[in-house]
Amino acid sequence: MTTKSLRQAYGETLVELGRENKNIVVLEADLGKSTMSILFQKEFPDRYFEMSIAEANMASTAAGLALTGKIPFINSFAVFSTGRCFDQLRQTISIAGLNVKICGSSAGLSDYGDGSTHQSVEDMAIMRAIPKMTVLVPVDAHQTRQAVRAMAKRPGPCYIRINRNELPFVTAEQGDFEIGKLYPVRDGGDILVFANGVMVSKALEAADSLAKEGIAVKVVNVPTVKPLDKQAVLAMAAGFKAIVTAEEHSVIGGLGGAIAEAMSEAPVPLSMVGIEDRFGTSATGYDELLACYGLTADAIAARVRKMLGRR
Amino acid sequence: MASPATVEKLQAKALTLREHIVTDLIGVGKAGHLGGSCSGAELVAALYFHKMKHDPNNPAWEGRDRFLLSKGHAALVQYAALAEAGYFPKEELGKCKTLGAMLQGHPDMTKTPGIEANTGSLGQGLSIGSGIALGLRLDGIASKVYVMVGDGELAEGQIWEAAMAAASYKLDNLVAIIDNNQIQATGPIAERMDIGPVAAKFAAFGWETIEIDGHDIPAILAALDQADQIKGKPIAIIAATVKGKCISFAEHNAAFHNGAMTAEQMEIAKSDLQKLRR
Repeated sequence: MTTKSLRQAYGETLVELGRENKNIVVLEADLGKSTMSILFQKEFPDRYFEMSIAEANMASTAAGLALTGKIPFINSFAVFSTGRCFDQLRQTISIAGLNVKICGSSAGLSDYGDGSTHQSVEDMAIMRAIPKMTVLVPVDAHQTRQAVRAMAKRPGPCYIRINRNELPFVTAEQGDFEIGKLYPVRDGGDILVFANGVMVSKALEAADSLAKEGIAVKVVNVPTVKPLDKQAVLAMAAGFKAIVTAEEHSVIGGLGGAIAEAMSEAPVPLSMVGIEDRFGTSATGYDELLACYGLTADAIAARVRKMLGRR
Repeated sequence: MASPATVEKLQAKALTLREHIVTDLIGVGKAGHLGGSCSGAELVAALYFHKMKHDPNNPAWEGRDRFLLSKGHAALVQYAALAEAGYFPKEELGKCKTLGAMLQGHPDMTKTPGIEANTGSLGQGLSIGSGIALGLRLDGIASKVYVMVGDGELAEGQIWEAAMAAASYKLDNLVAIIDNNQIQATGPIAERMDIGPVAAKFAAFGWETIEIDGHDIPAILAALDQADQIKGKPIAIIAATVKGKCISFAEHNAAFHNGAMTAEQMEIAKSDLQKLRR
């Protein structure tokens, strides 16, 4: 299976947008070589603002740039771009609906070596709780490109969660990405799995092994966590014995939370695979760390069996 | 040098702003940010009724100078100025902070014509102003960005992040006006977190600094003109002011940071302002 780094795709897309629209500006907090915003700096040094290690000032400065008609993208690791400047994102940017784009890079456990301080388990929850905020979680490099292009077009604040590592392609290069749309990636009639980010390919893997046991799993990629199309979720869930959600995020307030909110009036049992209210930790490899937190195909398969009452 | 007629006009405007603050925007028995609104009245009057290029009939005019109130709780003085300038009918002043009102407790650009940004979470206005200054420079627009900053909010770390960034980016189209009234919500600033020598701090961060009496109209106008001549660095005007200025019982009094006036105090306030009329 071919793979590509999502942050590389992110940086390349910023450059693409920069060529098409002179109002695209990029702000960075000294992590440009990680977020890959540095690619934009090389081509558009006048529209790239290194704000150094001062994320709060970066966010409010972006608010000011948006007030002059620019489309600023602010960049840092997801823990910092959501946690360190939460108040700035809330007060000036979101209350007024300013056109600021927020990149949460090295999200989830994907920065496996750096440990709990640099791994974001709650960024989706934080951003989802802010009124007017759009929250995107692309599944692969193709969808990253399409999502970044879509967020640049959509007026108002928008957060994108970017994985640090190379991930397998799930979508086609010329996909039909639209903000708010749900994307079924495998059909099946027994259990419905809603997943996003790295957990989509894990869910597909789980579906493959469950098929051998005669269990048909439908897998839906949810790259837009907010706004979530509640009617589409309800329509998709109708007829299934149970729903499983899978995310590289705390089970509190992320994708599972969003699906549970949408399903709260519909009687379909739901179970969440995610990080069980814990912080991250250092590891020598990404898969090793995901396994430590139960974010594996096997864990999803086991949860599906449990929801079907099988062992 | 401003003409005596201009000075007199602006002195009278500052009193008019205070009258709106006292009678229309706060009233009797209701909490309102009287102290910090009155301390900046001359500065705000000088900007809106003399210095700034702006068009009340076209608040979004691209060539306008921008005014941001980082100390958003002093919105009353800006509301009074916007109404006097004609951004909206003066009747709106009496509805301030009521349900559905155009005038919110803190500045809201989505509701009020003439408000440039949502401020009030303290310490953020200088950063927002820096972003506007950067954007104007990218577009080749020669407008100025004026940001009124409270001395209390200088305790916020983000102010100093912005101070560093604005100097680093040589934002000579950015003018910070520090309303240095020495009192914050619960009492004297020096007894809470001593912010020390404000001008020396901004100078150390690479800013041009100008120290004035913030109630002296000729000094304010001279400082604003002087700021136009500075090239290659941002400008901080440190204005020594009196919290609650012109209202006898509120001057230097932290109780009127956001206090409510009795009916007797309202009469005293009105009489204080009337006596200052020539």
